[in-house]
Amino acid sequence: MKTGILRFPGSCDEVDAQLAAGLVGEAVLLWHGDRDLQDVDAVIVPGGFSYGDYLRAGAIARFSPVMESVVEFAGDGGIVLGICNGFQVLCEAGLLPGALLPNANRRFTFRQVELEVVEPDTAFTSACPAGEMLSIPAKHGSGRYYADEPTLDRLEADGQVVLRYRPEQNFNGSLREIAGVRNAAGNVFGLMPHPEHAVDALTGSTDGLRIFESMHEAVEGARV
Amino acid sequence: MRARVLVRPKRGILDPQGVAVERALPALGFKGVSDVRVGRLVELEIEDPSQLEAISSALLANPLIEDFEIELLDDAPAA
Repeated sequence: MKTGILRFPGSCDEVDAQLAAGLVGEAVLLWHGDRDLQDVDAVIVPGGFSYGDYLRAGAIARFSPVMESVVEFAGDGGIVLGICNGFQVLCEAGLLPGALLPNANRRFTFRQVELEVVEPDTAFTSACPAGEMLSIPAKHGSGRYYADEPTLDRLEADGQVVLRYRPEQNFNGSLREIAGVRNAAGNVFGLMPHPEHAVDALTGSTDGLRIFESMHEAVEGARV
Repeated sequence: MRARVLVRPKRGILDPQGVAVERALPALGFKGVSDVRVGRLVELEIEDPSQLEAISSALLANPLIEDFEIELLDDAPAA
């Protein structure tokens, strides 16, 4: 499996994402100005502050040349993971429903959060142990998931809400405690917390690795 | 043509910036201020103002969470 991790001016978590994806296969960085995705099997849109987050988080990154290729890749069923700023970019690009608003607590917040795996049978969560919470760090200023009520109802009914915060840990004020959503086809997924920062026991939790292992299963399984 | 696009958070969506401003005012002695909403003002020069609607909904605002208002100004240079 070969994973491509986008690098925008202002990205800051692309190297951790590359190291994490490197634990389950090959991982290369893809520059925002290039359209060539280098025949990768999966794409990660990483965390950071792409283009300075001017205007709105993710608003400008969405128009970068590499994103044109990612939109096409996703349309063909390619596996795409957006983490934090990457989640914001995927929402702005219309690849995922909803939007991420400034945190309700009005602060940039960094803390370990526990996530409920609402949908354990997806291309991004299949390797998560049944019934167990994922302990993963979150760090962001604009992570309040928002979509209008009919959209939220539809997302829940269609199994597109993949991860939820424990209610008491929902510091950003996300509607219905939503921490991660996937698209209707199931091949695009975004979340605010950072699984790539939780892949080594040295940093306290390896739960994030489950996300990368799941993507590996999805890609390799599709080959069989 | 000079134009302004006013972008504001949609009604009903919590605006933490507005809340912060509102809560700061009593400390400065200003009373009776409520429902503060903080938006964005984009000023620009544009040759074809008919593009403004598309520009605003594609980039300047996210119509899912923000409303925008277009204001056309005189050709006089901004002070």
